[in-house]
Amino acid sequence: MSASLDAGGSRPPQTTDPVPTPASRRRTRERLAELRGPAVPPRPLDARALAALAANPGCRRRALLDGAGVDKGALAARLGSPAPFGQSQFAIVRGNSFEAKVKADGGRELLRLFGVEDPGAVSVPDLSASGPEGRTARTALALREATAAGGWTLLDHPLLTLEVAGSPVHLEPDAVVVDPAGRWTVVEIKSFPMVDGAADAAKVGAAARQAAVYVLALERVAALTDGAEVGHAVLLVCPKDFSNLPTASVVDVRKQRAVTRRQLERLTRIEEIAEALPEGLSFDVRECSAERLEAAVEAVPHAYAPECLAACEMGFHCRSRAREADAVQTLGRAVRGELGGLTTVGAVLGAARGEHGDPEDPAVAALRRARALRQEALDEAGAAACR
Amino acid sequence: MSLIAHLARMEAVEAGRAQPLATVRHRHLSARPLVLVPLTTAGEAGAPLGALVGTDPEEPRLLVVPQPRDRELRFAFLAELAEEVLPYVDGHTEAVELVEKNRTDPETGTKSRVEVELCADAPQLIVPSRAGIEYVRLLGRSTRFRRTAEQDPDTPYPAPPRVPLLGRWLTHYGERARVPGSSLLLAATDLLNRHWATGQSSLEDQHLGALLAWIDPAGDEPGAVGAHRAELGRDERGQLLCPPAGPATDPAFDNQLLAPAIEAYDRARQAVGAAEDGEAAEAALAGLHRAEREVRRLVASQLKPAWDAVWRALGLLRELPEGARVADRWTRDRWSFTAHRDRIAAGEPPQPRRDDAVTAAAKLAAREQAQGQLDAQEALDDPLVLAGRRLSGEAFTGEVAEVLMAWTESRRPAPRPLLTVRTEDRPHLDAGVRVYRSLGGKPQAAEFVAREEDGSLVLRLLDRMGRAKEPAEGTVPEKGERIAWTLFEHDTRVGPKLPDPEDTPWTHGGPPRSAEGELPDAVTPEDLL
Amino acid sequence: MTVYDPTVPDPAAAAAKATAAILESTLHGTARGVVVDSPPGAGKSTLVVRAALELAAAGRPLMVVAQTNAQVDDLVLRLAEKQPDLEVGRLHSSDGDPYDKALDALEHVRKSAKAGDLSGLPVVVSTAAKWAHVKNVEPWAHAIVDEAYQMRSDALLAVAGLFERALFVGDPGQLDPFSVVGADQWAGLSYDPSASAVSTLLAHNPELPQHRLPVSWRLPASAAPLVSDAFYPYTPFRAGTGPGDRRLAFGAPSDGSAADRVLDEAAESGWGLLELPARHTPRTDPEAVHAVALVVRRLLDRGGAAISERSDAPVPLTADRIAVGTAHRDQAAAVREALAGLGVSGVTVDTANRLQGREYDVTVVLHPLSGRPDATAFHLETGRLCVLASRHRHACVVVCRAGVADLLDEHPSTEPVRLGVTVKFPDGWEANHAVLSHLAEHRVPWTP
Repeated sequence: MSASLDAGGSRPPQTTDPVPTPASRRRTRERLAELRGPAVPPRPLDARALAALAANPGCRRRALLDGAGVDKGALAARLGSPAPFGQSQFAIVRGNSFEAKVKADGGRELLRLFGVEDPGAVSVPDLSASGPEGRTARTALALREATAAGGWTLLDHPLLTLEVAGSPVHLEPDAVVVDPAGRWTVVEIKSFPMVDGAADAAKVGAAARQAAVYVLALERVAALTDGAEVGHAVLLVCPKDFSNLPTASVVDVRKQRAVTRRQLERLTRIEEIAEALPEGLSFDVRECSAERLEAAVEAVPHAYAPECLAACEMGFHCRSRAREADAVQTLGRAVRGELGGLTTVGAVLGAARGEHGDPEDPAVAALRRARALRQEALDEAGAAACR
Repeated sequence: MSLIAHLARMEAVEAGRAQPLATVRHRHLSARPLVLVPLTTAGEAGAPLGALVGTDPEEPRLLVVPQPRDRELRFAFLAELAEEVLPYVDGHTEAVELVEKNRTDPETGTKSRVEVELCADAPQLIVPSRAGIEYVRLLGRSTRFRRTAEQDPDTPYPAPPRVPLLGRWLTHYGERARVPGSSLLLAATDLLNRHWATGQSSLEDQHLGALLAWIDPAGDEPGAVGAHRAELGRDERGQLLCPPAGPATDPAFDNQLLAPAIEAYDRARQAVGAAEDGEAAEAALAGLHRAEREVRRLVASQLKPAWDAVWRALGLLRELPEGARVADRWTRDRWSFTAHRDRIAAGEPPQPRRDDAVTAAAKLAAREQAQGQLDAQEALDDPLVLAGRRLSGEAFTGEVAEVLMAWTESRRPAPRPLLTVRTEDRPHLDAGVRVYRSLGGKPQAAEFVAREEDGSLVLRLLDRMGRAKEPAEGTVPEKGERIAWTLFEHDTRVGPKLPDPEDTPWTHGGPPRSAEGELPDAVTPEDLL
Repeated sequence: MTVYDPTVPDPAAAAAKATAAILESTLHGTARGVVVDSPPGAGKSTLVVRAALELAAAGRPLMVVAQTNAQVDDLVLRLAEKQPDLEVGRLHSSDGDPYDKALDALEHVRKSAKAGDLSGLPVVVSTAAKWAHVKNVEPWAHAIVDEAYQMRSDALLAVAGLFERALFVGDPGQLDPFSVVGADQWAGLSYDPSASAVSTLLAHNPELPQHRLPVSWRLPASAAPLVSDAFYPYTPFRAGTGPGDRRLAFGAPSDGSAADRVLDEAAESGWGLLELPARHTPRTDPEAVHAVALVVRRLLDRGGAAISERSDAPVPLTADRIAVGTAHRDQAAAVREALAGLGVSGVTVDTANRLQGREYDVTVVLHPLSGRPDATAFHLETGRLCVLASRHRHACVVVCRAGVADLLDEHPSTEPVRLGVTVKFPDGWEANHAVLSHLAEHRVPWTP
């Protein structure tokens, strides 16, 4: 039955992108490095960033900047709209102490959350190695050994690799548990509470999308490991109620996995986006003037929606551009629904006032009726107030 | 959001300031509401940082937890909060009116009239934003199961006496806030957003400072400019000009200002503990007071702008006349308040952690009914709301072009006059569909009969014309009258009575386990310093 | 548990075997409840009528719970048709015009607004809403709950005290029940009042026997595999007829227009996609509405005839055998107006919600995502597309603007996740893509 779960992957591709070859990938990598600035190290993508791609998959600007490893926060600051994101040190301290508590007692506490009261010996292999490649290899070896051993193993901060748009991305889940049957389960440790078994659904959703990225990365390793299977349910560990005691809930991430996989596949589009850019553009936040950066950013179309403000460092910059362009979408994605081909506030208001627009167009007709009814009601209320 | 509301947003973009979404006020505002602006500690549920609370905009009470990880200080905060909130609540429990109600004897099924108390007014709690409402729920949940030393002499960390009671009231208010149209606990942002459309999205409208920049701008400043400053503007130290309206703080505030102040407070406390003689102790205590004052000053600096903004919002809303049916909904809120007062007086246990099947279903039914009623009442109270329903084909306004008397064909004929109504609106009418108008505050029904060639609608009036053959005076519209008709009913029907929880059927897991009172939450030692 | 049984190659035999097992569980089993999943056109109504008659024959007082008055009246008519001398009670509301006047002609059907008037009858039928008001009566020995997946958990709570045991029948692939107010606070609870009656029932009684009707008699061989894969990935079903058993023929040949070509494609393959150029449009896209109306007009003009197992001779495709499905009411209204403008009457035009449970020879569907600038949860809802794509016996023509695949790809997926809530599969996104990619093989570009 699991085959039908993969229906998303087995459908014929909708776009006619040419299959990327190693040579074209190398070209893209070079082009992206050029765009980022040859001396600027790429900003590493992490699982959170990959999961966030799903927030606005139609945005070419975000896809390109992320694909090229541009530091969007620095870029936004250079453009005069610094992202208002930050983390309180109180939250960081609390999060770290909670994670330490969850992993205490040689992993037995964590296995208790799995519902295993007496796991016998829990193996917690040392995963330290030099460099990300070394750590990735060490993790893969530990996973193989754990699967072959047939006991319980806790991998604390393993390092996984996933190829994204031609470049390897290193990912570090909080933990992965290997059970005696060889099933690998991702563990996400979060510091928001589960109160009476319920938690903030938006935060759980974000955690599930992040965990789905780890699941995908683990699947690459599992494909090369005998007897291994990656669980599509992850264990979300949170503080219970108002305490510092951990509690856990199993979260089915099949949907998020399917979504993320499809977003990652679509990142190949970056090649296409990069190819379409004029020569000489640069997003080099160290070398370029603000004007040059601004022009470079303008060359890549955005798909701003108000949700971006909380999800993307460029959000406020794109909002100001979208407002300058008078785009109706600044008022929310849903606003476009009944406006048909009208995409600017000016066009909508002009159509509503009867200044332009085809009265046969139902959107125009509805706007005119809406304006007339609104005006009638306001006049009526005004008259009533005068009486 | 309907097209008509989207249009209002676009008009706001063009005008640079908010546009009306309502011509009357659709929520009750108490003459003396209690405003609560809470702040919480990042990364930790149920660790309050401070609050401003009170009924006088000029005299807020400042409550601060100088070290939020200290359970004793948290309890002290909650005790102080209880001393602010509970007297305000208690001030509404005494004055009552007596109301006659139908009562059915559960044993015999006989019905009788009884007089019951209804509190003459109810306390109203206002918070800055939706997150504030959520925080009220969280505070309620975190405190209502606490045990006081009196309840349980063995409890390791007894809560101050009135804290569990505070939790029960906050829980009740948090739960009531989920009922559409209720006004016991309101968020200032929700109140403003109900009555005005800004030139930004509903997501951005959750920021109280930005919202006010559109609705009540400083001078001629365009809304977008003021809102942008409220969202992002920072002073030379990198602190927000308009701090968030809570309960979350700005990370820059936490990291740059609050964390050092709390560390200084911790050090000062240690110094008090380490003082070896009276003189040193006195100096250390003075240091501790200084350190505490500094934390208080910082917390107040974050709270005060939101406090002022909430009162400003209330002032703006008071300028709108109250909708005619708002008082009716407030009466329901008073019933809700009275019922909870009675439950507490009767010594019932605190609200359980999760609803049982019957309670959940009953709440859902009550809220759906409240939603239907709210939608209808707002449209009847406000031509601007009605305009939205007219646009969507759920209502129409038209002039009576003709009245043709007709009667039923029974032995005692009853009047069923036919009205021809001329309207430009396009209601979704099929033969037999009922429409309603308000006649002296009560709905009068008619049914759609046919559409004339010229587009006029023929309606047959069905009720409220008295018992005689001739309709009572003033019950049949006259030619030339302009009348608003709705396709929706003005009162929503009360749903079926559900079984008692102890009769929960097998399909829903049978009766819930006996409610012998819920255990208090587990305590973790590391929360105690 | 009935499973897809490849050892029974004959669909009629497979269906009969499933039905026999269901009746055995219902009449002679010990469980308090029996659940039957019925994919589109799998003979749910037939099963309900048969189970009702057998329970009545066994002397077990039976109440039947349906969701709408139309469903109740339809059921009463079917019962009376199968067994005219059976005493059936029709419990109705006290509003004006509470039931179908056709019931007045039935001698053994008693109608009343009071349950007490109908006590002692072998079968009493009513809506869930009306049953919920029935109090202080002896419980019925048995109940049949029809369209149980469209019934909300709280509605079941209100009536479950009225019966000892029950047969729950419904289609899990159609539209889920919904609430007009938020119900998030109960998400994850086994008795979440806004969830479907079946999910609550099974959460509390996981041991209940669950059966499945394995054969769709409505959907042709061209449609059953697609609908089964896209909407019922874990509970596959098959068509009761084979390829070629159902055909559609036209008296008049194609005039070469896009409408005629898409009709020919649909007649040939069971599916047709009439694709309009990509454009963002309001919901009542005049061009798409016109295209829908024109397809219907041509379908009638060309003298369509349906050839199926039901009759030896071709049956003329009349207006009453055709339906148009839309997502929104205003779209349905616009199509009705356009049809009237082309002189067409008698064709059913309705939204997915109202087409649930209905059956036609040919359907013309205005795709829910056609021309939209954005997809919403409403438009992506799996059940909506499933209803629209599974009403036909012969062919389904979908009218849609190009660009929906891109729209789906650019749809943000940032849904909140509630702990403890079972993830519903298939996902609307996946199902939409599956249907679209199948339709793409039957694409005819629109040329005005």
